[in-house]
Amino acid sequence: MNTTLKEGINWVGYIDWTVRDFHGYKTESGSTYNAYLVQDEKTAVIDAVKAPYVDKYLERIKALVPLDKISYVVCNHAEPDHSGGLPGIMAACSQAELVCNAKCKTALEKHYNTTGWKWHIVADGDSISLGKRTLVFIDTPMVHWPESMFTYLPEEKLLFSMDAFGQHYASAFRFDDEEPLDVILQEAKTYYANIVMLYGRPIAQTMERAAELQIEMIAPSHGVIWRSHIKEVFEAYQKWVVCKPEPKVVVLYGSMWGATEEMARTILEGAQECDVEARLYDVDSTHMTRIVTDILDCAAVAVGSSTLNNTILPSVAGVMCYIRGLRPTQKKGFAFGSYGWSKAGGANEVGRMMEEMKIEIIQEPIRAQYKSTPEQLKVCRDAGRELGRIAESYK
Amino acid sequence: MKKYICDVCGWIYDPETGDPDSGIAPGTAFEDIPDDWECPECGVGKDDFSVIED
Repeated sequence: MNTTLKEGINWVGYIDWTVRDFHGYKTESGSTYNAYLVQDEKTAVIDAVKAPYVDKYLERIKALVPLDKISYVVCNHAEPDHSGGLPGIMAACSQAELVCNAKCKTALEKHYNTTGWKWHIVADGDSISLGKRTLVFIDTPMVHWPESMFTYLPEEKLLFSMDAFGQHYASAFRFDDEEPLDVILQEAKTYYANIVMLYGRPIAQTMERAAELQIEMIAPSHGVIWRSHIKEVFEAYQKWVVCKPEPKVVVLYGSMWGATEEMARTILEGAQECDVEARLYDVDSTHMTRIVTDILDCAAVAVGSSTLNNTILPSVAGVMCYIRGLRPTQKKGFAFGSYGWSKAGGANEVGRMMEEMKIEIIQEPIRAQYKSTPEQLKVCRDAGRELGRIAESYK
Repeated sequence: MKKYICDVCGWIYDPETGDPDSGIAPGTAFEDIPDDWECPECGVGKDDFSVIED
């Protein structure tokens, strides 16, 4: 495995082949926790790994340099998948200073026993010279947490971009040109949608700052390192930060006895009368990770739930909670669903949730008692066709 | 009218510009923003904002 980014700069992270969950995000491709070693007159380590893998991380570093030669351990982000190994490396590296910003120090002190750590607090724009090369620190609040920052090596045109441009993707290869581009871009999209979609505005601002830098290589904290396809991932991010609608309709639903499913299929058929991409998801058979990835760049969405106990199906509620938190923008749609006798819950409740999500509602919730009549199915088909027309306008 | 800063992410609410993307018109005082408004950068509520004293 080639771990060399540039001469004297190596990947020293951990490949987590089997991890399948990041608090709801189903990571079917596993992940990596990327850490990097920069050897110069002084030596720095950029980030750590998840706590259980600290020994493997220290082994990788020790294979390249004695631990007492490490002058700096940079923490770009306090989240435990990157900071969990910090107590281990700070205990093992007697000379090392922990380099981070003030917000990160506060967060790390709340996570770990930091007694005895030597701190080197940096502010936006500060730098540390390692000899021939310089570490420059750039605050990137909310990309992904308030304390997040990038570390940039101007002499190498190398950006350590933390969670930005990352992918939950375990691979024996470290670089973008060693993997199929469509696969890693799809993984980057899934990551963006499930982790940082709600921070589109700060990410857009960060992209503007990054565009001012000379960049030959982007080393994120998860997945492959970008060196041959930086342009492609930048272009993709420019669409994602505004949830740019593509000509695509998504219909998702949960159904008790098939009536809401019949409505969903009819809505989808209506959408398919237009020449657009259309996706149908039963929330009980498709994980929300995949659904929200399709929501990111859809133009129109219909959400359906049967009424259960005067409310909605818990499986639909879970997916809606997940989507609401990730705050997609620029979507239009409506709610639908069957009911037995209650006006509460069902399509009406889903419709309110969609309004709260600031989805532009194009029509009243479509409701059917027990089973749709032919007339009600026609309403579904017409409404689906309208979603298709909306999507078509983005071609 | 005073400016307010988000304690979490550092975004500044300037009443002169408002937050038009979230339906807050220019010229709206922070105190007059609806309680369900969220920081456009990080999503926290009004409670997490502090006044910037001149």
